[in-house]
Amino acid sequence: MFPTATLVNYLHLCHRKLWLHANHIRMEHTSEAVAEGKQLHEHAYPQRTERYREITLDGSVIDFYDPYNKVVHEMKKSDKMEHSHIAQVQFYLYLLQKNGVEGATGLIEYPKLRQTQQVSLTEEDVPMVEGWIRVIEQLVDSEKCPGRIAKSKCRSCSYFDFCYVEELPE
Amino acid sequence: MKQPKYLFNAGRMSRKDNTLKFTPVDEAGVEEQPRYLPIEQVGDLYVFGSLDANSALYNFLGQEGIAVHFFNYYEHYTGSFMPREYLLAGKMQVDQTKHYMTAKKRIEIARRFVEGAANNILRVLKYYNNRDKVKDLTEAIVSIERLLVSVPTTTDVPMLMGIEGNIRQTYYGCFDAIVGQTFCMDGRSKRPPQNELNALISFGNMLCYTACLSTIYHTQLNPTISFLHEPGARRYSLALDLSEVFKPILVDRLIFRMINKRQLQPSDFRSEVGGCVLKDAARKRFVQGFDEQLKETIKHRALGRSVSYRHLMKLECYKLQKHLLGVEEYRPFKAWW
Repeated sequence: MFPTATLVNYLHLCHRKLWLHANHIRMEHTSEAVAEGKQLHEHAYPQRTERYREITLDGSVIDFYDPYNKVVHEMKKSDKMEHSHIAQVQFYLYLLQKNGVEGATGLIEYPKLRQTQQVSLTEEDVPMVEGWIRVIEQLVDSEKCPGRIAKSKCRSCSYFDFCYVEELPE
Repeated sequence: MKQPKYLFNAGRMSRKDNTLKFTPVDEAGVEEQPRYLPIEQVGDLYVFGSLDANSALYNFLGQEGIAVHFFNYYEHYTGSFMPREYLLAGKMQVDQTKHYMTAKKRIEIARRFVEGAANNILRVLKYYNNRDKVKDLTEAIVSIERLLVSVPTTTDVPMLMGIEGNIRQTYYGCFDAIVGQTFCMDGRSKRPPQNELNALISFGNMLCYTACLSTIYHTQLNPTISFLHEPGARRYSLALDLSEVFKPILVDRLIFRMINKRQLQPSDFRSEVGGCVLKDAARKRFVQGFDEQLKETIKHRALGRSVSYRHLMKLECYKLQKHLLGVEEYRPFKAWW
């Protein structure tokens, strides 16, 4: 299975989340954060030009691609810039390059922060992205679900209840 | 927030744009003022009265993932309209099946369900044993504790079912001590229940079963592959397994509470050839009581926040999923209050 951009994002967040998602054990339907992200996607930039397109490459969906300036726009509802967001966009750029689009760049938009982040894919970055792909394939092929990470960010994850529910001894 | 809707009156349900329209019909067949239910607020539909609906409505409900549970005139659960599965996970399904097929793995989970049920039964009995008005239940408690200890020694499901049966029999034997002034248990009778208390237990258990079924529907578990109960052709038997754990806490405690507060009295029932059934107003009160019980919250110790009883069912599914995926061993929910 060739990884999707979502899995690349999760690779940098939590391996268990990656494994569960890849095995279709998903919690998005219970998540308010996902519903919020969807709302943001639909309403944040109403005057966004019509020439931006949604394109699908090797199973990954780029929501807004500007084919004239070769810019991938990725919108994040997060109020914090994360390394995983950059990784996700670099993966899009890798996919574009693989499909014959040279020199594309990325722009991550944080409407809540009113900030943007430029992303590029240099020649040295390519082996790094290919390394991610190999690690994801290994993780997904594994029979065993990776352990949970003990991080404060778990609280806002849609898998929080799944990961943390247990019966405590009396 | 999605909430279950209970339809006690006869009427017609239809789709009006993206909203449900319910038009009650009185006994003379005259249509009354319609009521509108916004679809995003509807969890499940429970149909007690006679419902008139067309396929356009069911297509709509199916698309929105809303289940419809039907009860007949005798308050007996007759079946559910379950929308198409929307959370399919091949690995989960395969692992669930493997655990059913391997006898050793199956009995491990089955034992946990019995253990969970017994622990919650004991919690209920111990609570009532502290009451002055209630006759001493110590003997029953000790004997259930003894039966519980023998659960890990069971080697197959019929043997385990035998112990489970003994636990339940001892438990039902205590009901007279708890509500004996008003009602008489006279043994557990089903299909049809022969007296008021049995009618309440049967009805409550069916409500608990449908709540579990709906919860399972919103997870990747397959509701037909079960461990304690034999997977049946007609029943969603995993919902039966799961409801074992919750019945004492959700159903039995509610019955005792409503009787002891005189919210249910002998005059609320009618005896018919088909058995004993609740009268309309009392049935409504009981369903309302059950619904409130599901909404009630407790502080969850592992999650560190308040969760509703309904959410506890969901959490039970998560624990089971983790067991099946080999993440961590399933331990049943045990009321600690």
